[in-house]
Order: sequence, then structure tokens, then C-alpha cells
Amino acid sequence: MIKVENVYYSYPNGFEALKGVSLEIHKGEFVTIMGENGAGKTTLVKLFNGLLKPSKGVVTVDGIRTVDASVATLARKVGFVFQNPDHQLFCETVKEEVAFALRNMGFQKDVIEKRVEWALNLLDIAKYREASPFTLSGGERKRVALASVLAFDPDYLILDEPTIGQDYSQKERLRHLVLQLNQQGKTIIIVTHDVEFVAECKPRIILMSKGKILAQGPAKEVLPKADILSRASLLMPQITQLFQMLSDLGLPGNVLDEYEAWEVLKGLGGIRLA
Amino acid sequence: MLRMLDGFRFRRGDSVIHRLDPRIKGLYAIVMMVAAMLYSEFYAMVFLALLPIPLVFLARVRKEWLRSLKGSAFFASFIFLINLITGYLYAGLVLTSETIFYSLSMTLRFIILMESFSLFFLTTIPDDLSLALEKIGIPHDFCFAFTSAIRFVPDLALEIQSIMDAQKSRGLELEKGSFMERVRNYIPILVPMLIRSFQRSLELAEAMESRAYGAQKKRTSLYELKMTRSDYIALGLILLFLFTIVSLRFFIPPS
Amino acid sequence: MPHVEVKNLSYSYGEGEEKVLKDISFEISRGEFVLLTGPSGCGKTTLCRCFNGLIPHFYGGKMDGEVSVAGLRVLDHQIHEMATVVGFVFQNPENQLFALTVERDVAFGLENLGLPKEEISKRVNWALKIVGMEGFRFAAPFELSGGQQQRVAIASVLAMQPEVIVLDEPTSFLDPATALNIFQILKRLNEDLRMTIILVEHRLELASAFIDRILLMNEGSIVLDGDPRSILSQEESRLLGIGIPKVVRLFKMLRKEGFPLESFPLTPSEGAMAIRRLVKGYDQG
Repeated sequence: MIKVENVYYSYPNGFEALKGVSLEIHKGEFVTIMGENGAGKTTLVKLFNGLLKPSKGVVTVDGIRTVDASVATLARKVGFVFQNPDHQLFCETVKEEVAFALRNMGFQKDVIEKRVEWALNLLDIAKYREASPFTLSGGERKRVALASVLAFDPDYLILDEPTIGQDYSQKERLRHLVLQLNQQGKTIIIVTHDVEFVAECKPRIILMSKGKILAQGPAKEVLPKADILSRASLLMPQITQLFQMLSDLGLPGNVLDEYEAWEVLKGLGGIRLA
Repeated sequence: MLRMLDGFRFRRGDSVIHRLDPRIKGLYAIVMMVAAMLYSEFYAMVFLALLPIPLVFLARVRKEWLRSLKGSAFFASFIFLINLITGYLYAGLVLTSETIFYSLSMTLRFIILMESFSLFFLTTIPDDLSLALEKIGIPHDFCFAFTSAIRFVPDLALEIQSIMDAQKSRGLELEKGSFMERVRNYIPILVPMLIRSFQRSLELAEAMESRAYGAQKKRTSLYELKMTRSDYIALGLILLFLFTIVSLRFFIPPS
Repeated sequence: MPHVEVKNLSYSYGEGEEKVLKDISFEISRGEFVLLTGPSGCGKTTLCRCFNGLIPHFYGGKMDGEVSVAGLRVLDHQIHEMATVVGFVFQNPENQLFALTVERDVAFGLENLGLPKEEISKRVNWALKIVGMEGFRFAAPFELSGGQQQRVAIASVLAMQPEVIVLDEPTSFLDPATALNIFQILKRLNEDLRMTIILVEHRLELASAFIDRILLMNEGSIVLDGDPRSILSQEESRLLGIGIPKVVRLFKMLRKEGFPLESFPLTPSEGAMAIRRLVKGYDQG
């Protein structure tokens, strides 16, 4: 479990990014952290693997206080995939790139080989094994970055804005992968402002704005709250907007996707048929 | 040590000093440098070192200016020690008061340079600086490169931090290991940094071209540097000062 | 005469390399607001760089066919000449702001063109006002949010008074409400100033309400070209893997079940109206 207890964080230049944040993320959960640019989302997740230590308050990961552990130790459990893959790619081949973290963490050579192969296959980039990461497209480089983190099999996986610049089918692949990993027991934490993506994943949402948590709860509870979302510079999913405009017809205001919408409309007696 | 650089970053302000033409402020810094080189007597150096202080107050940049001095303390003490040791050895393994005063003078010389240029950079918008450079004949391409460098320093700093965070999250430990190991550990930081710099340069070049960079040999400018009355007054004072210290040197040759 | 004319355009980045654009032809009339979209790697980024001359003049490569914008043939004119009629806004807000203040950034292009000081000042004020950034005149780029930076980028392009503005995924890094604001500004430019807008975007649920026409690309060719409602409701679009807005998807499901629909709604409000019409007993009047 990741536990954040009344945490404040101020950057060296004085800017207070987190103002009294408290939350718990239990093992095996799927959580998205949402909010406007500058809300403190990335600052918050950097506390989870010790990159930042709280100015006030305590952060614990599986019972260990982050101030008592090094980033290298925490990184073993809490995998972090950064927004820009070009901030980490530096090796001559994709294979080496994926093996990098494993070597740092002291895995045995044969284990490294096996894990690298597994990760490459999982992300469907095995054919680029010997290629230079710099020759790959943007989407492929994102997958290399993700593979290099999954390779050491962290219990917690943090993805920072993974959907930026991705087309729909890339996002779908990501969604399936993330759900699959979650089913296998990994705790998934995604920082994003992509409301439609979240509406499809239906995780627990932690909504932030200006360094504070505005709301927490299942997607079905948080996404229909237009006024709270707008404080975080977010819009409701299209389907939710549509249904809320029809509240006078007795339609529920917390429908998130088109499949559920269809079910509700089917059940609504009296729709004129062709 | 990087704190030293803090004292050189432009702080927005609206004092008399800020409003002076950058060429005048540059001239001031150069004249102070000349003065510091012309003299090595202890009391002269103390005078020169204290001279900018009223200007610092006038420009209201006291805090940042002090920060740059604090940052240069390391180098300053280094210079003091070197001169002290050299003088000690030269005098036949004896520490004379002459040596001490001389070492202090050399340290002050360094400090005078630092504080004069610090004041200059703290009160000059880099854009104005580039305009000034252009006016004295440096081609626009170089001036633009100069302001771009300054413009992107904060972004670069953030990017380096991001790269270090990303690699630390993959288990990279920058603090551990032998000297060679630590040097090698910086490769995962340097390579992405270089690549990002190339990418950024490419994007910048694209954007510049798309906004007609190079359309005219002679660019115009939204702002023009014009010498005002205060600039001429300051110029007069600086030239007077220069004249004074040079002639004084004639009449009081170095001991 | 079409405002933007592309005839049999093909392009590859180097000799003997695979063609990134394959025999593309289309025309855009003055004042159209066109969305250019398609799956990653389809060539939309390459295509939009053909409009202002970055291709072929900056990137080199082999270009066949014709591209003309506002009467200027791209092959015959340098990028800085094309810049007087077509402006380009890039994806990353940071790397297209060069100066240390907003004001000087907006002035940058005009200074390059050698315009007199008074004209520059006038246009800078005008452009900042349109995008709503007059209050940030003396701000430095890193003090601004992503949305503010993109607005400054738009202003600096606008100040050059082009006839066409091309934007390559300008809202990628922005949150939804900010992205919507950018599209609203673009719509104003399109309607009030009669600017032809070519927008490359993935976020169709936000953008589709503002556009007149969609050019859908795949593997270097234009596969569909038409009005948003028909393009987004076609099966081919869905199969290409682009992000069909959820409202459209819902109504495709409804239509499959036999519900009568005159046209496809693009926005939640259009969708709400359509459902009201379908509900028995609701009097449309």
C-alpha cells in the first residue's frame, strides 16, 4: 500500500506544489490521478518512488517511509514511466535499453535475458531487439520505455501522461495492456487529463487542483460532477454530457460510455422504432 | 557553486540603473575591470570593491548581488590561498604582512570583477543586451544565439532534472561507486541531454524559418536603444572616473 | 482559384527511401476549416510541412507534384516568402517561443520581415488582443502555462497576417478545457478574419464541432475527404483506428438497431436533441 499522510511539498524556488494531501492506494488497485496542468499530479507521484521527499508529512510504501529509503530501493518496487521517452533512451540497442534497469538492480545475467525477451514480446517490439532506439517512431519509443520498466516487474506501475500524442488504436492497446497487468495483480497509477480514456478504463479517480485533492472515488462518481471537473480544467466525457442534458427525461446522469448508454436507452420504454 | 550563476540572471526591475543603456553599463563593468587591473594597492582595491555598493542599493538588487558574492567565495578563497602560499615560498618560507596584503588585494581584484559584471547582468534584459551587441556591430545571428541560450537555460535545467529522475527511477545511482564508475554513470544523463538538445535545435530552426527568419538582411526592431540624458550623465561620470584613475596612476606609480 | 492546391504530391525523405506521401491531390477553398487526421505514421505531419515550404526547402528530400498556397507555388518560393501567406503553429509550445518576453516573441516574425517599428507595434497589440494575452505582454515564456504559450504562438503567427494557418497537433500537451479554448480561438479566426485553417489533430471529440471538412489519411494517401458527419460515421474511419467521438459511436449503434436518423450528431447537445426527437410523444414543433 502507498500511504500519503497530510503531505506538503515545496520546490526549492519556494513554489508550494502540494498543500496537505492525504490518500491511500492499496495493492492491486487501478487509480488515475487527474487535474489541470500544474495541479501537482506529477509532483505527487514523484513522492511515491522517493524522487521527491515531502517537505511536511509522511509517505510510506509498503510500510517503509520514503525518507528512510533510497530512490534505487524504492524504484525496485515502484516503476515509473516518464512522459517523454527521450528522457531515458541512451543505449545502442533496444535490448540493452530494456536490460538497463535490470543490470542496475543486480539481476543475474540469465534472468536478465529472459525478462528482456518477455518485456519485448509483451510490448510487441521484439523485432526491434537489435535496432537503435533512436531509429524508432515516437509510439515505438514509448513502448521501449514502458518495456524497460516492466522488465523488472515492479509491484506498482506509474505512467505519467501516457496518452499524449497517441492515436486511438495506440491508446486502446495501452488500455488493454494496463487492464491485463492490473488483473495480474499490479497496482496501476496513471497520471492523465484524458477524460475519454479514463471513462473507458473506469478506475478510481483522484482529482486534484492547485495542490489539493478535490475529489476521490470510482469513475462513475467523479466524472459526472461537471463543476468539480471544471475546477480542474477538465470536461465530462461526451456521453455523460449528453445524458445530463436529458435529465428531464429521467435518464441517469452518470453514464460514461456508449455501451452503457445503449443499454439505458434500450431499457427506456417508448423510444419510437423505425 | 552554481549559486554563483544566480547572481548573473536578470531580475526585472525599474530602477535608474535598470533603465540605463546596456552599453553604458557594459562600459562601467569594463572600466571597473581596467581599474582593478591598474591598481594592486590594498587600500585602492578596498575602495574599488566598495564603490558599486551604492549602485547596488540604487538598483535594488542587493539580495541577488550578495548571492553571487557568496557563490564566488570558493574561488575567492582559492585565489587568496594560492597567492598566500606563493608569497610565503617566495619570501623564503616567511609570512610577511606584505604577502598577506598582496593576497588580499588579488582576492579583491577577483571580487571587483565579479561584482561589476554581476551588477551589469542583473540589471540588463538579455534582449536589450543583444540589441546593444547588434548596435556595436555584432551580426544578428550571434546575438540571437546569445539570447536563445539565456532563454532556454531554465528549460534545459528542468530537462536535465527530468532525465536524472527518469534514470534514477531505473535504479541508476549517481552517488555510488569508484571515480570511473561515477563518470560512466553520467552517460545515461549526457546522451539523452545531447539528443534532446539536437531535437530542440531542430524544432527551433523550423519555427524560426516558418516565421520568415532571413527574409531581410536588415532586420527592424520593436525596441530601439536610444541614449537618454541619464545615459549621457552616466557616460560622463564613467569617463571622468576613468580619466581620474589613469592620471592618478601616472602620478603614483605602482610600488 | 483554390486557396490551397495539391496535385499529385509524392514525397520521400531521401533518395531511394520509401514514399511518405503517395500521389496526393486535393483543393481547399478560402475560409475553410479543415481537419487533417489519421493513425500515427500516416504522413499528416509530413503533409502539413509541405504547405509552408519546410518541405522541401528545410528537410530536403524528393518532392514530386505541385503544392500551391494562396497562389504561391511552394517549390518556387523560399520558406520566408511562404511565411507571409501561411503561418505554422507547432505541437510543442516551448520550442517555438524564442524571445524573453511575450511581446518580443510576437514581434519576431515582423522584425524578420523588416517592417517599420510603428507597424510592428500596432500588429503586436492587435494579435495579442485577439488571443486574449494583452495582460501578459512582459511575461517570460517559462512563466506561462502550456495553453498561454500556445496562444502566444498563435499570436506571433497571426501578427504576420497570413491567409492560411497550419497547426500541427497544437493541443497535445494541453488539458481538455484549455484545448477547447484554443479551438474556439481558431474558429474566431476562421469566421471573423476569413482565415483558412488546416488543423492536424487526434482529439476528434473536441475538434469536430468546429471544423467544416475532414481529410483522413492512411499510409501516405488521402482515403476519405468530406464533411465531418459523413466521414466520422463511416465504417472505414473506425477501422483505421482514429478516435471516433463517442456521441457518433452511440448513434451508429442506434442506427444499426433501426432508429431513424437524418444526420449524425457530432456534439453532446446535438445528440441530446436527436434523442429527444426519438422519444415517443415528444413534440418537436
